[in-house]
Amino acid sequence: MLYRENGQFKSTYRADQQVFPIRQDRIFVIAVLAFAFLAVPMLASDYLFRAILIPFLIFSLAAVGVNILVGYCGQISLGSGAFMAVGAYGAYNFFVRIPGMPLVPALILGGLCATAFGVLFGLPSLRVRGLYLAVATLAAQFFADWMFLRIKWFTLDTPSGSVAVSNLQVFGLPLESAVSKYLFCLAVLVIIAMLAKNLVRGAIGREWMAIRDMDVAAAVIGIRPMYAKLSAFAVSSFIIGVAGALWAFIYLGAWEPSAFSVDYSFRLLFMVIIGGLGSIMGSFFGAAFIVVLPIALNQFLPVLAGALGLQISTAGISHAELMIFGALIVWFLIVEPHGLARLWSTAKQKLQLWPFPH
Amino acid sequence: MGFFLETLFGGLMVGMLYSLIALGFVLIFKASGVFNFAQGAMVLFAALAMARFAEWVPQWTGIENRWFANVAGFVLAGVVMFATAWAVERLVLRHLVNQEGATLLLATLGIAYFIDGLGQTLFGSNIYKIDIGLPKDPIFVLDSLFPGGILINKEDLIAAAIAAALVTLLSLFFQKTGTGRALRAVADDHQAAQSIGIPLARIWVIVWCVAGVVALVAGMIWGSKLGVQFSLATVAMRALPVVILGGLTSVPGAIIGGLIIGVGEKLSEVYLGPFVGGGIEIWFAYVLALVFLLFRPQGLFGEKIIDRV
Repeated sequence: MLYRENGQFKSTYRADQQVFPIRQDRIFVIAVLAFAFLAVPMLASDYLFRAILIPFLIFSLAAVGVNILVGYCGQISLGSGAFMAVGAYGAYNFFVRIPGMPLVPALILGGLCATAFGVLFGLPSLRVRGLYLAVATLAAQFFADWMFLRIKWFTLDTPSGSVAVSNLQVFGLPLESAVSKYLFCLAVLVIIAMLAKNLVRGAIGREWMAIRDMDVAAAVIGIRPMYAKLSAFAVSSFIIGVAGALWAFIYLGAWEPSAFSVDYSFRLLFMVIIGGLGSIMGSFFGAAFIVVLPIALNQFLPVLAGALGLQISTAGISHAELMIFGALIVWFLIVEPHGLARLWSTAKQKLQLWPFPH
Repeated sequence: MGFFLETLFGGLMVGMLYSLIALGFVLIFKASGVFNFAQGAMVLFAALAMARFAEWVPQWTGIENRWFANVAGFVLAGVVMFATAWAVERLVLRHLVNQEGATLLLATLGIAYFIDGLGQTLFGSNIYKIDIGLPKDPIFVLDSLFPGGILINKEDLIAAAIAAALVTLLSLFFQKTGTGRALRAVADDHQAAQSIGIPLARIWVIVWCVAGVVALVAGMIWGSKLGVQFSLATVAMRALPVVILGGLTSVPGAIIGGLIIGVGEKLSEVYLGPFVGGGIEIWFAYVLALVFLLFRPQGLFGEKIIDRV
């Protein structure tokens, strides 16, 4: 009843090819955006912004990037943490070395640095496939870890390699309060997510999907594997790089090379798989899951232990968190290997018929 | 020249230990097509179990004998690894049959998180020692040829010997026993193996048990070298290039890959490192593996990839 596409006739090609062809989807997206831009800033507390909402937005952005590479183009990558790091340090260098550099161009230039780095480490994908590639992309991760720790030029010769940014402004408006940071991240996320959504349903997105489904067959029907794979690496690492720059500039403020460890790569891959491969929407679900879960466990476990009358040390709690996190991920992969996006589409199917059973 | 040989030899020794960890990856991948990221966590878990049991057993029984404590620790840790293998197969893998590679990869990553947490909850998170009585003193060989001779760590030598013995034992097990033949059959073709009556579930438990024992031996040797601590789990990250270099499906590949990576790592660190600021061994190993992969995408000894549309 609620989600019924019957009767929505398209009389022009434009109408037929719009991003959300179903009216309910359009209403839903607009409602979510209105809620995020207008209601959330009024309702949420400072803690909620800093601990949950801003990390969620930035990781959603990164997950969209990873999803383009892993979900749409089928190249499993464990180098996402490195792309984030390159984005962050690239943006930092442009921001600090060029006087008067505004924030937004610095972010974009940081993203472009990540693009160059991503294409370079995407080159092996032309020869190497599948799990071999996944391990090979770890090279990017360890190389970036080493590069920002040992080559002091990137970190302006600070002894420990830790750097900081301050006085962030966007179009003359200071980015100081949590609300302004939230709105800025949200705006970047919405713009890039829209771009990504349009890319994946365009010609290039179809090439990526053809490569993912079977690269030899795709090459036979005239898709250039090199162009398709490298463009996926380029677009994906650009988005991840911008996300990394945002993470460093907006969320961390001051960071050191170990801030973008291999753990980030794993977490981003978790987000994409749990959210759903090949689904922009799924990236948001996955990011929400992975960002909120550790925080929820962190809050919930001491309460639970207190209720049961157990005495658990902080170390014990962090170990229990690790166990529950791992177990939940495994459980999740078992019950829904296609991710939350699949649950979402099942829910939509059910809604089409509701309240009737058939 | 003496220094070069010394570095080379050190690299070979380290490489032998890498191949020990790589072996665990290869065994599981061969038999079940799962790229087991939890191998590093299993090494840490096994080492923790052994270190702690070797400490606890004398307290429980009152027998103060290092050999007895170590053997008891090894056996009990082995039992723990068997239990882990069984649990992993029963609770996780059985439910994930026929899923995509990426999903399985992440499932093992989830297992790795779980085992990391479990190991530290059960056995504590301090730095522990495994003392299996490896001699620490270096020996000098070939001093007739070079001034001062070549310095070789006796500990490394024994560790490499243990690794070599384990590999021989595993090859014999794979080639000469009925179970080994069944394992190879499963590795070749799941469905065909099942259709002639080989129980897949049991084979998987056996493979994970064998991988657990390999992890235990690796954990024992690495643990006695470096101390048992959380960073032991990251040793597996350094064994990953070995796996892809040698080929995911090849046991000899794991050994030779290990030696190549070990030597490449040490030589690059000594001769190339000073020019670029040092600490390059970890990514150099990956780049070295990549160079080999460019020429053989399936690794040195991996099964040839045949593309069919």
